[in-house]
Amino acid sequence: MVVQALAFYLFAAMTVASAVMVITAKNPVHSVLFLVLAFFNVAGLFVLLGAEFLAMLLVVVYCGAVTVLFLFVVMMLDINFVELRQGFLQYMPLGATIGIILLAEIAVVAGGWHFAPEAAKAAAAPIPAIETMTNTHALGAIIYTDYVYLFQSAGLILLVGMIGAIVLTHRKRAGVRRQVIADQVNVNVADVAEFKKVETGKGV
Amino acid sequence: MFEIGLAHYLSLAAILFTLGVLGIFLNRKNMIVILMSVELILLAVNINLVSFSSFLGDLVGQVFSIFVLTVAAAEAAIGLAILVVFFRNRGSIAVEDINAMKG
Repeated sequence: MVVQALAFYLFAAMTVASAVMVITAKNPVHSVLFLVLAFFNVAGLFVLLGAEFLAMLLVVVYCGAVTVLFLFVVMMLDINFVELRQGFLQYMPLGATIGIILLAEIAVVAGGWHFAPEAAKAAAAPIPAIETMTNTHALGAIIYTDYVYLFQSAGLILLVGMIGAIVLTHRKRAGVRRQVIADQVNVNVADVAEFKKVETGKGV
Repeated sequence: MFEIGLAHYLSLAAILFTLGVLGIFLNRKNMIVILMSVELILLAVNINLVSFSSFLGDLVGQVFSIFVLTVAAAEAAIGLAILVVFFRNRGSIAVEDINAMKG
């Protein structure tokens, strides 16, 4: 129990610290790398909560794909990031005020809240005991049955996202020489080659 | 202190959510960090869903979290694509320069 609590505090502290670094780091590349650290620590928290599949999903999808995308864009855009930092402290009072108010509101809501007694019995899909079924197995058993339409539409969202990103960023550049097979096949011999009768001893 | 309950996870998620909102306010000139702050907010929501799922013994919260993750990934891809197109057209990623539709 103590080990679990210590692990929670370690992961939680690291998550909050790296989240602070994400929003305050001078260099956006550092921001992205701290975002990866935050995701790794939240994956650790998910393991503590018994959601191993989501923990691995977080590592693969977020650390592996999303943050790499961010890193790619940060490095591709040619921006003077020092200029972007100007006015950082100018927004600090407003941001801090709103942040404190938001946190206080959440604390008020969470403080006066408790489980309804019948809530635990109303579970739509009770988590099976870990001895009978692993987390991944149990998730798969309900995603592919009860939630199959939602699962399909999630795939559709990703497809639309992918096509949208390609359509948005794709551009035809002028002056790029490309191989056009049809033109090569349709070439007329008379247009590109000339036959000449060369007489002996005279040259062309 | 050493008994980790739902309240601990909810507090962490609340702090992370607030940090995400704060990040949007602090980085008014850098769209990339704003997108990262949105990712932090979505991460806080995921922590909430998974912790409720774990403490209530209901697997549906984790299914929902998977869908949130899917939408977050699609949102990041589309958002960054829009950012790249905007940078090509205007040469800037500051929020205050995004006013072409103002007239």
